[in-house]
Amino acid sequence: MTAVLAARGLGKRYGRRWALQDCTLDIPAGHVVGLVGPNGAGKSTLLHVAVGLLAPSAGSIEVLGRPPAADAAQLSRVGFVAQDAPVYSRLTVADHLRFGARLNPTWDPALARRRTEDLDLDPRQHAGSLSGGQRAQLALTLAIAKRPEFLVLDEPVASLDPLARRQFLQSLMEIVAEQGVSVLLSSHLVADLERVCDYLVVLVASHVQVAEEVDTLLGAHRRLTGPRRDPASLPGDIEVVEESHTERQSTLLVRTDGPVLDPAWTVEEVGLEDVVLAYMGRAVAPARGRRARLGVAP
Amino acid sequence: MIEFHLDSRSGVSPYLQIVQQVRQALRLGLLGVGDQLPTVKEVVAQLAINPNTVLKAYRELEHQGLAGARPGVGTFVTATLSDSTLASHGPLRHDLERWMAKARRAGLDDESIEALFRNSFRTFRDAAAQDIA
Repeated sequence: MTAVLAARGLGKRYGRRWALQDCTLDIPAGHVVGLVGPNGAGKSTLLHVAVGLLAPSAGSIEVLGRPPAADAAQLSRVGFVAQDAPVYSRLTVADHLRFGARLNPTWDPALARRRTEDLDLDPRQHAGSLSGGQRAQLALTLAIAKRPEFLVLDEPVASLDPLARRQFLQSLMEIVAEQGVSVLLSSHLVADLERVCDYLVVLVASHVQVAEEVDTLLGAHRRLTGPRRDPASLPGDIEVVEESHTERQSTLLVRTDGPVLDPAWTVEEVGLEDVVLAYMGRAVAPARGRRARLGVAP
Repeated sequence: MIEFHLDSRSGVSPYLQIVQQVRQALRLGLLGVGDQLPTVKEVVAQLAINPNTVLKAYRELEHQGLAGARPGVGTFVTATLSDSTLASHGPLRHDLERWMAKARRAGLDDESIEALFRNSFRTFRDAAAQDIA
């Protein structure tokens, strides 16, 4: 399957500060990809480079096999919803649709009309008086009515209340089911993405920590608890992602391909959020386990 | 028609939750041969989940011989799970109860018994999965 996004040693610098550095990533087509990472990890920068709003300072990137924003044809293949779903507050909903139709050669007017009807958006209403959820849905409509092959969304649900959040993700998933578009969306909350993404990229301090299918990730990680033990004594096929120790007990989050057969361990499955947090923690403070070892058992 | 629900804290992957819910509905007789499963679009719009998750669940059900896809129409139940192993439940339950009584006599409390069972079962299941792989 072809990659929707392929980056090699990608970097973006603002003055002396690197917002994104040495980022290498391959995202296969046909997925809804979650891009997670702490604030300042470089998520927005990566997305802006991918859609061609920023030029890279180093390395290379291809989107759908071509440089971002190479020409008008490439632009129409990629849809983008920027953070906080920007719309023109003094234009009406109908103005936005006319605007979209005028600017996009591949515009699908029937799709745009149907979505605004389904969402009960009044065409005469000014965008500035829409609710946050409606604004986000309008921005999504504009991005999807140009019939892109690849849809990029920067923190699409961060500012929405839980109900609007759920409705937005329902719309997004319906679109994916209908049109088979590949999606890349960022969030700093894994919980937002858990249900909708089948592929996850964890970006910490501009480095890719994880880029994998969600099911593979969940299947490969386990939490082990048992009597205190040096993780180095574990079999070689078990990789320790996160460890913490009290005087008597060790708690490990491990990656393993096979079962953990040692009866001394209590083995539990791990949720996606815990897996992601473990990788984030490892990237930020590699010596964390050792420091925790000084702690006293409660 | 059945409706799916997801428990995001269960640790069970969403596609497996859907498979399990269909199997449960088959076992309970809520679904029978010829019944249509919700379309991918319906499930997606209801649960706000990834369409591939639903497709994967339905493929797994096809693989288990429980459902079949009719292109352009939907996915339909092709077999039931009227439990043929039901007859052996009695003796097995009896064995298990004897084991539990033994565990209690050995001084284990409810939690210890449950933990021991869970752990042994998980090891057994993982080892079995390993054998297949």
